[in-house]
Amino acid sequence: MHQLNKLDTKMALLEVKDLKVRVEEREILHGLTLTVNEGEIHAIMGPNGSGKSTLSHVIAGKPGYEVTDGQILFKGEDLLEMAPEERAAKGVFLAFQYPVEIPGVATMTFLRTALNAQRKARGESEYSTPDFLKKVREVSKSLNIPQDMLKRGVNVGFSGGEKKRNEVLQMALFEPSLCILDEMDSGLDIDALRIAADGVNALHSPKRAMVVITHYQRLLNYIVPDIVHVMSKGRVVKSGGKELALELEASGYAQFEDAA
Amino acid sequence: MPAVQETVERVKRIDVDQYRYGFETLIESDKAPKGLSEETVKFISEKKNEPAWMLQWRLEAYRRWLTMTEPTWARVDYPKIDFQDLYYYSAPKPKKTITSLDEIDPEILKTYEKLGIPLREVAMLEGVEPKPGEEDPARRKIAVDAVFDSVSVATTFKAELKKAGVIFMPISEAIREHPELVQKYLGSVVPTSDNFYATLNSAVFSDGSFVYVPPGVRCPMELSTYFRINERNTGQFERTLIIADKGSYVSYLEGCTAPQRDENQLHAAVVELVAHDDAEIKYSTVQNWYPGNSEGKGGIYNFVTKRGDCRGNNSKISWTQVETGSAITWKYPSCILRGDNSRGEFYSIAISNGYQQVDSGTKMIHLGKNTSSRIISKGIAAGKSQNTYRGLVTAHRKATGARNFTACDSLLIGDKCGAHTVPYIEAKNSSATFEHEATTSKISEDVLFYCIQRGLTQEEAVGLVVNGFVKDVLQQLPMEFAVEAQKLISISLEGSVG
Repeated sequence: MHQLNKLDTKMALLEVKDLKVRVEEREILHGLTLTVNEGEIHAIMGPNGSGKSTLSHVIAGKPGYEVTDGQILFKGEDLLEMAPEERAAKGVFLAFQYPVEIPGVATMTFLRTALNAQRKARGESEYSTPDFLKKVREVSKSLNIPQDMLKRGVNVGFSGGEKKRNEVLQMALFEPSLCILDEMDSGLDIDALRIAADGVNALHSPKRAMVVITHYQRLLNYIVPDIVHVMSKGRVVKSGGKELALELEASGYAQFEDAA
Repeated sequence: MPAVQETVERVKRIDVDQYRYGFETLIESDKAPKGLSEETVKFISEKKNEPAWMLQWRLEAYRRWLTMTEPTWARVDYPKIDFQDLYYYSAPKPKKTITSLDEIDPEILKTYEKLGIPLREVAMLEGVEPKPGEEDPARRKIAVDAVFDSVSVATTFKAELKKAGVIFMPISEAIREHPELVQKYLGSVVPTSDNFYATLNSAVFSDGSFVYVPPGVRCPMELSTYFRINERNTGQFERTLIIADKGSYVSYLEGCTAPQRDENQLHAAVVELVAHDDAEIKYSTVQNWYPGNSEGKGGIYNFVTKRGDCRGNNSKISWTQVETGSAITWKYPSCILRGDNSRGEFYSIAISNGYQQVDSGTKMIHLGKNTSSRIISKGIAAGKSQNTYRGLVTAHRKATGARNFTACDSLLIGDKCGAHTVPYIEAKNSSATFEHEATTSKISEDVLFYCIQRGLTQEEAVGLVVNGFVKDVLQQLPMEFAVEAQKLISISLEGSVG
């Protein structure tokens, strides 16, 4: 990754070192290395089954994955030692490919419960109801999210676009330092994609890094990455600037199969 | 370890011995001799200074009971009960007339404090009037007729109720002071011959509440009774009778907790509700009796007969229950929709964990014309528990235009528990419209992980999902109880996620 040297003055936010991961006896990641500095936008591209989603799940701490070797540091701390809810409180946010529905739980209630749980874990004071309402109104207004959506059950009956906007809203509200967007474009038409991407772009800041996992280049027309990584068979096989994505679009993933 | 697997592991380790309200108050009590006989029945009647007609009523029930056998159709399994090995009456000993809360045995007050239901708070609430037109739930008054073991030790708010003409007193007092009302209504909804446990209750009932709301009166406050079972090996036989006369309204809240013990305790209550023309009764229960220890030992046997009679036209009876405790629950709060245009409702949350067995549901019996009923049942099974909804909806051949909507949803936590739905539907006329919906689901790994990724602990995630699941029913509870019920749901699920 010598071409990234010019960014090395920035602080490393996420350091994945030689990570090996198994799911039920089958190794999915075979020694993956990746460094994300604060403020950067990374895109991880690769064919189906290359281990992109596994990487995002392991970073977030989803049960069912066994890390057999390597380490993940987040702000210099051992992330794998932390419970998934601690990672959330520390600033790791995963925008899900398929956000779940939670019937009977109003979105507003969910947001407040989650935000206060994170604040409590960080030793900060919990938001009072009026303060929370004020904050959530502010944030949703800035993202053009209708108040009506907040009153409905979490993702219940939401369209694909609404579900993704709900993810963006949470991202804005929780103010994480690392956002991982897992296949954000799946199931979205072009208009919904643009709206969601605008939300993500609005949240990009010098301190906040984004890792955009995607199969297709089209998302990168809207969220422009600083660095593009190509994953194949459980490893990062090539990294480069945003032009790498265009190259992939033109020639496909086949050229990297052998590299893996 | 996958989250649900972890939940299952933790359920295996649950120790319900940590039962929150498992403590015993040391108070001397006045007991009937062990076992059941005509002598026991006479002893109880005498203790209560009952008139001859009441003793006669009890004895008839007792003789009837001798000819009956225990029902076995419910999906519950427990060792045979030796009815001669139980005490049928016990009462706290220090007896003197109480004029204020300060005179109550401090031990009893302490018990209420541990439960988080200090009577003092009730006294403090006295005189706090919400401004006209302002519904401040925290300030709304609750009258507490505290049933401590079998005898009511404190009755508050009597004066204000009296002003409104509402009679709210222990049924033992009502038998002496309002014999004409008691004689007219007692057993008119649940006859002494109704079923094994109701008949047993009729013979030996110790005490309970009596409510009469006169015509056109809207009861000025929620009526609330907190039950405690506090005497080892004492069967509890509460008897409650509520009458809403024409055009009246009353909301009655009942909440229960019990201390832990090793031997099973029998509880067989009977509740009768009568709603006359245009009257409405709302009856809410939060029940959290000792469910037994981690091996399924101990715990309360709860065999209850609750029935409401919509006797008048346009009358309405609504049952709401949150059931989290007891080792065995056998309970079917029902409505007889006798009056034309009458309406019955049943909203239920039944949570079972550990080795608990719940067989609960309702009966909606449509007799009058254009009657309607609604059943919303939410069953949550965790641990090794079994949770059954059993419901009956019938329309008599003259009950034209009868309508029912039933929704039974079950939620499973782990894979060692069971949820069952047993609906019986009988329509004897062609104009009846009955709808039935049922779902069974598990809390999915993905939903839990989604919540956890947003910063919730596993326990908080389960609590959130479950509270969402039961929301439709929680909304039916009066505000004060909704909060308490939400707490209870979390407490009872604490065992299921460690």
